[in-house]
Amino acid sequence: MIPRDPMSPPVRRLEIGWKPHMRDARGEDLAHKIRTFLGLQVACVRTRDVYHIEAPLSDEEARRVLHEFVDPVSQRGALGRLEDEAFEVAVTVAYRPGVTDPVGRSALVAVEDTLGRRLGDGAAVYSSTLYLFTGLDATKAERVARELLANPLIHTVRIEPYEAWRHAEPDLSVPRVRLRAEPRVEAVELPDDDAALVELSRRRLLALSLEELRAIRSHFLEAGKDPRRRELGLGSHPTDVELECLAQTWSEHCKHKIFNATITYREPGRAPDTIRSLFRTYIQGATREVERRLRERGEPSWLVSVFHDNAGVVAFDERVHLVYKVETHNSPSALDPYGGAITGIVGVNRDPFGTGLGADLLVNVWGYCFASPFYEGALPRGLLHPRRVREGVHRGVADGGNQSGIPYGRGWELFDGRFLGKPLVFCGTVGALPVEVAGRPGHLKAARPGDRIVMVGGRIGADGIHGATFSSAALDESAPVQVVQIGDPITQKKMFDFLLEARALGLYNAITDNGAGGLSSSVGEMARDPGGARIDLARAPLKYAGLAPWEILLSESQERMTLAVPPGNVEAFLELARRREVEATVLGEFTDSGYFHVLYGERTVAYLPLAFLHEGLPEMKLEAHWQPPVFEEPQGPPPEDLSQVLLAMLGRLNLCSNEAQARHYDHEVKGLTIIKPWVGVEQDVPAEATVFLARHGSWRGFVLSEGVHPFYSDLDTAAAARAAVDEAVRRQLCAGARFDRIALLDNFCWPDPVPSASNPDGAYKLAQLVRACRGLHEAAVAYEAPLVSGKDSMKNDSLMGGTKISVPPTLLVSALGQMEDVRRAVTLDFKRAGDVIFLLGATREELGGSEYYRYLGERAGLAQPLGGVQPYVGRRVPDVRFEETRPLYRALARAHGEGLLRSAATPVRGGLALALARSAMAGALGAAVDLEACAHLETPRDDAALFSESCGRFVVTTAPEDAERFARLFEGLACCRMGEVRASGRLVVRRGARTLLDVEVAAMKRAFKATLRDV
Amino acid sequence: MSELAERLARFRALPEQELARHRAAVRALVLTGLGLNCEAETEAAFRMVGAAPARVHVLDLLEPSGWRRLREFHILAFVGGFAFGDHLGAGFVLANKIRWRLYDELVAFIERGGLVLGVCNGFQTMVRLGMLPGFDGDYRTPRATLAPNDRLGYRDAWVRLRFDPDSPCVWTAGLERLELPSRHGEGKFLAADEATFARLERSHQIVARYVDEQGDPTEAWPHNPNGSAGGVAGICDPSGRLFGLMPHPDAYLYPQHHPQWTRRAVEGPLPTEGAGLALFRNGVDTVAAQLAAT
Repeated sequence: MIPRDPMSPPVRRLEIGWKPHMRDARGEDLAHKIRTFLGLQVACVRTRDVYHIEAPLSDEEARRVLHEFVDPVSQRGALGRLEDEAFEVAVTVAYRPGVTDPVGRSALVAVEDTLGRRLGDGAAVYSSTLYLFTGLDATKAERVARELLANPLIHTVRIEPYEAWRHAEPDLSVPRVRLRAEPRVEAVELPDDDAALVELSRRRLLALSLEELRAIRSHFLEAGKDPRRRELGLGSHPTDVELECLAQTWSEHCKHKIFNATITYREPGRAPDTIRSLFRTYIQGATREVERRLRERGEPSWLVSVFHDNAGVVAFDERVHLVYKVETHNSPSALDPYGGAITGIVGVNRDPFGTGLGADLLVNVWGYCFASPFYEGALPRGLLHPRRVREGVHRGVADGGNQSGIPYGRGWELFDGRFLGKPLVFCGTVGALPVEVAGRPGHLKAARPGDRIVMVGGRIGADGIHGATFSSAALDESAPVQVVQIGDPITQKKMFDFLLEARALGLYNAITDNGAGGLSSSVGEMARDPGGARIDLARAPLKYAGLAPWEILLSESQERMTLAVPPGNVEAFLELARRREVEATVLGEFTDSGYFHVLYGERTVAYLPLAFLHEGLPEMKLEAHWQPPVFEEPQGPPPEDLSQVLLAMLGRLNLCSNEAQARHYDHEVKGLTIIKPWVGVEQDVPAEATVFLARHGSWRGFVLSEGVHPFYSDLDTAAAARAAVDEAVRRQLCAGARFDRIALLDNFCWPDPVPSASNPDGAYKLAQLVRACRGLHEAAVAYEAPLVSGKDSMKNDSLMGGTKISVPPTLLVSALGQMEDVRRAVTLDFKRAGDVIFLLGATREELGGSEYYRYLGERAGLAQPLGGVQPYVGRRVPDVRFEETRPLYRALARAHGEGLLRSAATPVRGGLALALARSAMAGALGAAVDLEACAHLETPRDDAALFSESCGRFVVTTAPEDAERFARLFEGLACCRMGEVRASGRLVVRRGARTLLDVEVAAMKRAFKATLRDV
Repeated sequence: MSELAERLARFRALPEQELARHRAAVRALVLTGLGLNCEAETEAAFRMVGAAPARVHVLDLLEPSGWRRLREFHILAFVGGFAFGDHLGAGFVLANKIRWRLYDELVAFIERGGLVLGVCNGFQTMVRLGMLPGFDGDYRTPRATLAPNDRLGYRDAWVRLRFDPDSPCVWTAGLERLELPSRHGEGKFLAADEATFARLERSHQIVARYVDEQGDPTEAWPHNPNGSAGGVAGICDPSGRLFGLMPHPDAYLYPQHHPQWTRRAVEGPLPTEGAGLALFRNGVDTVAAQLAAT
């Protein structure tokens, strides 16, 4: 804590706790975690909320505030400190200076409301939490603080034994930010020597390559001769503002350099290929090809806006388009799981909100890749335990979504040891963009010269500086503390509510979010339409004084949007903002000068030609080398008791229920959820896909699903990509989505694919990326499911504690489908005894990368080495034969159209056995199945029949009277009537005379739910 | 049938057109802003039962022009959400704002005979303000609280409710049972003392209780999501016009909101509307019947 400044207003400390008869649920929850997670004994934990109010309050006012803050029924409180029964240790967890404290912000509002006056700019309330432990000594309390309560990047911890506590005065220090520095701008000399140049980039965390640094150096040498630049007081070296702005704009995060690189791809026995931009060739290429085919058939395109805005836009109905974006927030979540994750979800909310003229937010999605929460191995220094990462991430995204009033639609988790170094935290949001906004097309936006640049929402602090460049680098111990941010959903919600009103009034011409790169990115991007921008950083509202201009420009402080407001509307816009208690500030104006002109007061601090800023980046040239990997098949005979195997599989982390965490997320606020994430008799089995309305008053809906197969990547990323698309599409069809209106999003999370001394196999990882793109392209075109948006995160490696851990190449494919009438949606649960069960699609011996092989490896007692692959990867990875799947899917869509489906599930991870188990568990019904009759079961192995993860399959039930009609739709296709639903309560699977499975449905459910029930 | 239910039944016996006309005259103010989240579905609910709802931003209502506006309405809905992020306790900061900047007007609204519905965050806000339980016309003294759930944290899951048939609550007249989603982290109802709880029971102000599969009130999780004593899920004031409920009737507008609708659809045609609407219709028809009588 910084010593108090005698000039600061006095500080009042309020301490609030429960009355003695009240339960302290937070204390009990912590005690439970201390016992179960840390294995420590503790008698009792009591908790208190503490508020430090830094403002000139009279004693009477302070008492009034206390009276207001305490709930008279359940709480007691004191100015200073509450009297306490004896305890052993007091632990206070407070925020570090500058860390977002949303509770403190709300408390300030309450203080001002209570007193009926504004407290002025210097006033603040700081929240902290006090834990009083009985039956736990100071050393152990320190461990509890370190491992459960506090993160040194954002928290301070004070540990006081009872005696010391009792005799000390209450602590009145507050984490006020005090920066001494006068705002300074300096010219940065770019040395002629290349090594010195690289060193400069490293030291300033610019993450620029030598080629890029050279391009910048020569640009300024030339620009220094420009008299206009000289008139503005700038020379032939960049200012720090210019250099930072370029580094940010040119970061991998913002410019996707790897996806735009020219790549030479080599593979044994084939001539090398040259790929000019993976993005243009395969991602955009797939979408163009789909559009071309539509045109060829004379069908109108349903793509409204793809690739150039913050999120993809597709046509939905006459009133709204749908907008969808999925992002990742991996590195911040590794450092501070809660803050990183909440920032991830409220951050991705701003993408649809900043698309076109702004979309209403409808549904969030999340998906996480973690190491096992039960991990017991050594933890490299600097890494948090995966159980804690998982818990913090869940809490962060749940809080972010719940407080924003946005339900979640999809939520999944995958576990592998390689996510120990960096978890993957995918967050996405679907929005509804009005087709027309105040008489204009809602999807079009463009700032015009003369439009004012208005920043709306939160203030700017030092938080998140270098986020864009940081996320473009491997995680190591030098990560700056400032990268940690904590999103504040309430500030954002207030801003969104205000902006929706401004949107309806047509008050602005363009809107975009301030995410990575802050104003530098938002204004720099928006300036491309009018052809220039001029902003004055001295006008920007700051959280505290002392930020350098380049920090103001790059700060990634959250909850901000940048808008282009025509001069005639500025007054109305600012007035509405004032009425809604939202901060809005005119920072400058858009111009057609061709320059991004940044001032600090009168002084020019950056003068960058837009052409150089956006197009000056030298193209990257990379080499990719593919070498098919070779892995072993599992040794020894397969297990004999496959029923036991099924129970074990159901309890595996990658297959079991995560309902205990998922229920913490709202899934039905807004009243638009039609198929919820959890379905079945007891609503405890995850839906194959979820279904939502876009608004009240229309039955047209949209369908959400996804596919992700990082474990197939160990064998072939092309197959992994095809399988991911196929799974996402199959899930859509299960729910009843149209086969011809599925839009896809791609999110690549890759280990660094650029070779270097610390990354010797970069060329192989790049080859994996090339192959993934090819697989994605092939599948998207095959299903005519265009890619409408995506994101890549290319440095998912950790070097913490000197151990390199890289994630397996992970491609998440998210699908957004459409339904004419959601009342026809189908769920996976068996509905009635007597219903006929069909298996659609071919089952092959494709166990490579399967969950079953992972199970066999563990069963054999083989461990996954730190950073390495699973012991049993196998050889034959599941793949898709589009010539088989397309007609099958069309037939299924037709069967749905004719109303023949009672239930539909799709075998994915865990194979056919798991699909049957899920349908049975959800319906609380048994089944009798015989696989003997299935002509498309192309394996003699019983374990493979049950657990192979072959793509392209469905498990479908029909009413008995519809079975024949259903079967006729599939003539000539892989369709097998394999059994019927029974009221027996047992899942029985035979293969002729052999019984492969005979398991009680209730036992399956117990196994399915046990693993993560308390974690 | 209770007297309340009979009165509503008499009104509903009017010809369809007349009913629609009277209902359309009922104006419901749906609060929005500052972290409230359920304004869209609440507005849809009032509209679906024939009333004329309007969303009003809390900050607009705090201004003198907003006070005047409040006088045009018959029903005020405190919707669900996370006003100010539930910081300092659910409903706390919003209730505080209202207490200092609106409350006299609000009490006047109640005394004029206005109806108030508070769902989830709205219920928390009403209790915090002292609007409920509202003994003896005192709408300013907090006599209860909604404490953190025994099982810490927010949770979204459907629960079963049973209503007190002898309750004066106009919103639940004639309703016996309802399944609704419970979506909160602070819903454990606690009266200030035993006398208060006893009085609530005696005067049938405990309108709604969580019940188990047999239909009996329960304190056990998960049927009771928060551990509230006696399974209390919602209470009304002695007049029955003010009602607060933790689970969300605004989340059951369509039959397809029920988590089991795809199963029920196999058994036979689904009802024409979601069961939660009955509650809104009761509130609206109570006002409409009065309007029709004058």
